[in-house]
Amino acid sequence: MEILVQQIVSGLATGGIYGSVALALVMIYQATDVVNYAQGEMAMFSTYLAWTMINAGLPYWVAFFGTLLVSFAGGVLIERVVIRPVEGKPILTIVIVCIGLLVIFNSLAGWIYSYIQKPFPSPFPERPIMLGVVVFGAHDLGAIGVTLIVLAFLYAFFRYTTLGLAMRAAAQNPASSRLCGIRVGWMLAIGWGLAAMVGAVAGMMVAPIVFLDPNMMAGILIYAFASATLGGFTSPGGAVVGGLIVGVLENIAGTYISFIGTELKLTVALAVILVVLVFKPSGLFGRAAVHRV
Amino acid sequence: MSGRARLVAVLALLAGAAVLPLFVSNFRLFQFTQVATYAIALLGLNMLTGYNGQISLGHGAFYALGAYTAAIMIDRWSLPYALTLPAAGLLCLVAGFLFGIPALRLEGLYLALATFALALAVPQILKYFEDWTGGSQGIVLSKPKAPWGLPLNPDQWLYFVTLAVMLVLFVLARNLLAGRTGRAIVAIRDNATAAQAMGINTALYKSLTFGVSAAYTGVAGALSALTIAFVAPDTFNVFLSITFLVGIVVGGLASISGAILGGFFIQFVPNWAQDISKAAPWAIYGVFLILTMYVMPFGIAGTVRLLVARRRRRAETARAATAPRAGTAKAG
Repeated sequence: MEILVQQIVSGLATGGIYGSVALALVMIYQATDVVNYAQGEMAMFSTYLAWTMINAGLPYWVAFFGTLLVSFAGGVLIERVVIRPVEGKPILTIVIVCIGLLVIFNSLAGWIYSYIQKPFPSPFPERPIMLGVVVFGAHDLGAIGVTLIVLAFLYAFFRYTTLGLAMRAAAQNPASSRLCGIRVGWMLAIGWGLAAMVGAVAGMMVAPIVFLDPNMMAGILIYAFASATLGGFTSPGGAVVGGLIVGVLENIAGTYISFIGTELKLTVALAVILVVLVFKPSGLFGRAAVHRV
Repeated sequence: MSGRARLVAVLALLAGAAVLPLFVSNFRLFQFTQVATYAIALLGLNMLTGYNGQISLGHGAFYALGAYTAAIMIDRWSLPYALTLPAAGLLCLVAGFLFGIPALRLEGLYLALATFALALAVPQILKYFEDWTGGSQGIVLSKPKAPWGLPLNPDQWLYFVTLAVMLVLFVLARNLLAGRTGRAIVAIRDNATAAQAMGINTALYKSLTFGVSAAYTGVAGALSALTIAFVAPDTFNVFLSITFLVGIVVGGLASISGAILGGFFIQFVPNWAQDISKAAPWAIYGVFLILTMYVMPFGIAGTVRLLVARRRRRAETARAATAPRAGTAKAG
């Protein structure tokens, strides 16, 4: 029983990270109808920027918020420069451009920072917290907390601010929004900026666990895809819930189903994606996609 | 290009390819064998993604399946080399068809996503079945020797085998794509609903295309296992699948000759770029992917086709301008 509770708790912690990457994916998808395959690599690159700032002697939280600012600017810039020329093109074109971004970020990080793993500091105390018989890693709890804060912040932003409303409108009906005076193109760019920020948070939260290296997000991206698919690509809250479910599922399957162990964990994510897509393509909380013929 | 000019060009290329072993070193020849192998895999992926419009970011998985089929047949079961290619093709045909069935329900982005997940999971799955695949150590093979006392070394023999397999598969693909089936495949890409309304069984055609595409890639995988004489799980990572995508995009989507151009690109460009930095090949791939989409969405082959068509049109207008205007004279 203790093992089960322990597995659920650590599952929730990693799940929170999957959830935040999934959240970034869902945000871009909602704002622009693009699934950003480069999301993971962008987050990885942001984390390297944070590492550079911390190594330059800045305090953790200064580096943290500095990275968020730079990531936002970077996300906006990428949308303006790279994605804008292929706006409205066939899906294949957009997927290919995103894959292009993925390999560019991956190789740039390898080029600048080398492929050697680097430790990344955690802002939370190292000492684990005991509650009864269950041990909570302070960083795990902190990561869940940060994810929830990000979610709350985004919810408030989209629900209560004029800019958030404009962004939702631009995503839902670009033509009408443009007639109302909303600058649709810029809304998309801000969407990419926000998603880059959320990705950066996820990267900085996961790096203390998996260590910093250019390929650190590959596994996490597939779990984030699974989470977003499970929660529904149209539901930000669903993405976080999906992340938590996938995190717990991964840990429990790894512990209790003997043939899975630690070696087939990525296959669990693949199975989740396939099963959800085949049986309930809209996910648990998403709306079914309706297409005009 | 007219039909005859094209035939002459193809025959000249083939003659060049046939005498190539006389002029280049074994290592160069090995590289050209790789080009032909990649070309087969790329043609398979191009059928699915370029012609049928189903995005696969996971064709490395079928390449791996083909490679391991060959390796296991030779190393574990000591079967003859000649059997490995048909076996790999058949197994991948079935695997691709089966994967194509759930893929039917997935469109565009979602299919890309599912296949991307497949590509990421491949190395883990390969390592898991350690008894068969040799785990992360992989399997070492020996190159087949030329039969019937042919005066060829193993590299030359493999080059000719690969070239012959490629030729057969390309002719088959051309015939498949130029006919009724090919039109159905393209119609599904352009407008699935309209294709269905015209009586095309889209479900069957889509999963069959998936199967055939996987079979081509699987045969290529088996050939690569024989040529390199080694298979290991980590060579079949997600970047292999992305390499294939780079190949068809740069070579030319929905083009048969594009597969060969793509093969040259993914074989030789990384080699040159490696001199700059270990990371440079991928940076260059990324830049090429994005730039190709901006300036030549149908790749090298598509751009060449466009230029030829433009020249011919210009020549025709020039001829029409100088020729006596029979039509206008009559009207006047």
